[in-house]
Amino acid sequence: MFGLVLLGLVVLMAIMAPLISPQNPYDLAQLDVLDGRLPPGSVSADGATFWLGSDDQGRDMLSAIFYGLRISLTVGVASTVLALTLGLALGLAAAYFGGRIETLIMRIADIQLSFPAILMALILLAVLGQGMLKIIVALVTVQWAYYARTVRSAALVEKRKEYVEAARCLALSPARIVFRHILPNCLPPLIVVATVQVAAAIALEATLSFLGLGLPITEPSLGLLIANGYQYLLSGKYWISFFPGIALLLTIVSINLVADQLRDVLNPRLQR
Amino acid sequence: MLVFVIRRSLQALLVMFVMSILVFVGVYAIGNPIDILINPLADQIEREHAIAALGLDQSLWAQYVKFLGGALHGDLGRSFVHSTPALGLILERMPATLELAMAAMLIAIVLGIPLGLWAGLKPNSFAGRSIMAGSILGFSLPTFWVGLMLIMIFSVMLGWLPSNGRGPTKELFGVPVSFLSLEGWRHLILPAINLALFKLALLIRLTRAGTREALLQDYVKFARAKGLTNARVIGVHVLRNILIPIVTIIGLEFGSVIAFAIVTESVFAWPGMGKLLIDSINLLDRPVIVAYLLITVFMFIVINLLVDLLYSALDPRVRLADSRG
Repeated sequence: MFGLVLLGLVVLMAIMAPLISPQNPYDLAQLDVLDGRLPPGSVSADGATFWLGSDDQGRDMLSAIFYGLRISLTVGVASTVLALTLGLALGLAAAYFGGRIETLIMRIADIQLSFPAILMALILLAVLGQGMLKIIVALVTVQWAYYARTVRSAALVEKRKEYVEAARCLALSPARIVFRHILPNCLPPLIVVATVQVAAAIALEATLSFLGLGLPITEPSLGLLIANGYQYLLSGKYWISFFPGIALLLTIVSINLVADQLRDVLNPRLQR
Repeated sequence: MLVFVIRRSLQALLVMFVMSILVFVGVYAIGNPIDILINPLADQIEREHAIAALGLDQSLWAQYVKFLGGALHGDLGRSFVHSTPALGLILERMPATLELAMAAMLIAIVLGIPLGLWAGLKPNSFAGRSIMAGSILGFSLPTFWVGLMLIMIFSVMLGWLPSNGRGPTKELFGVPVSFLSLEGWRHLILPAINLALFKLALLIRLTRAGTREALLQDYVKFARAKGLTNARVIGVHVLRNILIPIVTIIGLEFGSVIAFAIVTESVFAWPGMGKLLIDSINLLDRPVIVAYLLITVFMFIVINLLVDLLYSALDPRVRLADSRG
């Protein structure tokens, strides 16, 4: 329950960012360099309070975090939805058709999953370059295999059940059997995997942006905000990195908590 | 068995070949390293001279064929930036990464297995719940941010430990290592903890789940019925049975620790392979990027193969011929 409430708050903050932010952090006219690197609670030149301090360009960290959350969540959700769709299609195809198609798809997934996601994403971004679309492409490429594997194993179990046989006897089309009969029964494990993967995607995007390979400076996600504060950390100006990190942490923790609960709710072994 | 190893090796070669083409073409496409490497004041003749010296005047395929020819002889090209063989550059940095990865793995094992065992034996106690809550946190904390916070607390605020670099190294069998001197330890400890955190959380969860499952088994009930001491039941009967999956995961995760070292090395300016990769990507130093990937892919394949072999040795039920090669 706690996780759900926390996640709701985080999502709400991201959606309402333009309404609740004290300033628009990317409107340069509103920034004053003289307000740069003020500690939390300081008052800026025009009388507004920087509750979480300001960065090197005099940007209110609280506003920057709200806007950063937006970007991080967008990347996480968009890449998960796309990877889920791709993985679902390939996994179902592998399970339903079997034979060479299955061998080819699952072998590629196996090889890909034997390398850590961070390494794969890093290579892809080194090749693709920076940008929101490119990082989503990289995350989808890294993540589709998890779904394909989960769907395939679930679909293989479902395929042998009697209701599928009955559907075949009714001479329903393969597409109808796959999408109307097999797919709905494969969804529960997939939902859990997808939830965990949203958190993983957000963490991965933050890491890549921190390394300077993810989003460009014009689209500052939480990872980029943290990277920006790195150089000031050694002089004791902790807040530029600290607070975006807390926001990132709360986002990931809340998603993981929700995933844990979903797992219990959807696990048939725990249903009595 | 032999068939399995041969098939795996062929597959490995194919993966390395495909990877090398992808990266070669990809890095070629994103930018011209000459723009970064050459003095902007250089005139046309100097420019052309430099381009020819790096072999960049030839077509992409000619460059790739040349690279492939060299690679078959163990020459992965020369770094554009350092003008030294890329392979040597990476091998020079490898001990630092391996030392960091091993230290991290050691921390994760030494703390993770006992904590997981405790949480598994007493799942509803306060300690058990705290350990689990801690492991969720360990999963959720972004590695690079934890690194920054460690620097903030232990280097900036408390001033106890250095924030970057490897410190003085000593030679051990000709390999420079940090852990032989106190100063080296002081440099190693923060990055190692940082890198260990994620794996620690993983090992705790794995050990706990294994322990809880094992405790319900008949052989544990039987051992207790025989009147064996608690220490013997847990230390011998439970632990031995949960160690098989744990050993596998430790082996597999070692590769992922090396990959994640890229992040930790960047945060702590640890002079390992990962930092070299990030620097090379930023400078479009293609030979080093390609060489890094080939070496890492090779390491991964060796690790995966060893784990599979070890697994079949530990668990006689596993038949390699049946497993997906």
